[in-house]
Amino acid sequence: MFGPALIIFRETIEAALVISIVTAATRGVPKRSRVILMGVLVGVLGSGVIAGLTGTIADLAEGSGQELFNAVVLGVATLMLGWHHVWMSSHGAELAREAKHVGAQVNQGAIGRSAIFMLVMLTVLREGGESVLFLTGMATGGSMSMSDVLGGGTLGLLGGAALGVLMYSGLMRIPLKWFFAVTGWLIVLLAAGLAGQMARFLIQADWIPSLVTPVWDTSAVVSADSFAGRFLHALIGYEPSPSAMQMLFYVATLILILFASAWVKRQQLVRHMPSIVISQA
Amino acid sequence: MSRKSLLIAFLFYPLFAFASQEIVITIKEHKFTPAEVKVPAGQKVKLVIDNQDATPEEFESAELNREKIIAPKSKASVWIGPLKPGKYPFMGEFNQATAQGVIIAE
Repeated sequence: MFGPALIIFRETIEAALVISIVTAATRGVPKRSRVILMGVLVGVLGSGVIAGLTGTIADLAEGSGQELFNAVVLGVATLMLGWHHVWMSSHGAELAREAKHVGAQVNQGAIGRSAIFMLVMLTVLREGGESVLFLTGMATGGSMSMSDVLGGGTLGLLGGAALGVLMYSGLMRIPLKWFFAVTGWLIVLLAAGLAGQMARFLIQADWIPSLVTPVWDTSAVVSADSFAGRFLHALIGYEPSPSAMQMLFYVATLILILFASAWVKRQQLVRHMPSIVISQA
Repeated sequence: MSRKSLLIAFLFYPLFAFASQEIVITIKEHKFTPAEVKVPAGQKVKLVIDNQDATPEEFESAELNREKIIAPKSKASVWIGPLKPGKYPFMGEFNQATAQGVIIAE
């Protein structure tokens, strides 16, 4: 029972961290719990569908369909995280301003919420599909009893949920002064990590070259199999032996999101507070 | 070697390099065959993993930086390398007790 529990726990780490960080980062956004819950729910339902389609997906693109599927899901998730970060960095400034732009804010809020929904749904879908496949395989393969499979699956899922709750409550203890800065950075690092994973799948499918492999090897310090390794992998995209291409994706994502956020903030300053710009000039 | 023959060797190198870079690894009763796979170092190699079991398996290797689910009774391909000479263990994550193997790049 602990074997399957451990595997399911590992599969849920990433989803748990993404959901807890996004939930914390969207503090104050109206209807966020409903949106996130919907994302989880649709993601879980979709997991069953994805698990059922595994064979079909795998056969696409000369046996590399799964890599492509993962790369697309990770790519969209990275986009949504990036968008979310840009949206939140402008949102904060907007909240601080007077209420005359409320109409625009509500409109933007709806778009931001659908980004959050997509993000949560895709994260659950990717890891959930693998979990469902594993559990149904174990249950029908006869190598494990039904109670072991169900018990293990539940235990692993609870473990993942506990990790998410721990992360969330930890984040909520951060003083408000630094809160959005911390969650903002976590979001950017999450996004960069997902982009790095996307690169790995594209390399695995031989769609892009790996360039230098590996750039370094820290598996002796923190191995990929250890809990710390998996936690850091899900949190900031840690890889003990990354290829140059993965690092390129990672750094490019980081820079793009930071630049986009800075640009949007600047535009808003110029548009809504011309007096400041003029007085500075 | 003369300069001309070097040039010819250089031109045809890709043909030799990519001629037989597909290696089949079979999964049966949660075991890999062959469990020890020799691959040339410094080249990309396509692993074709043939899962003959009725259960899914996840080919995983932290050392190779690869992971891939293989559905029951189906084949899937994983590109690896170019690798530095050395040993790269891999395993079937869903059946770690028996599904163990190693890639040896030389």
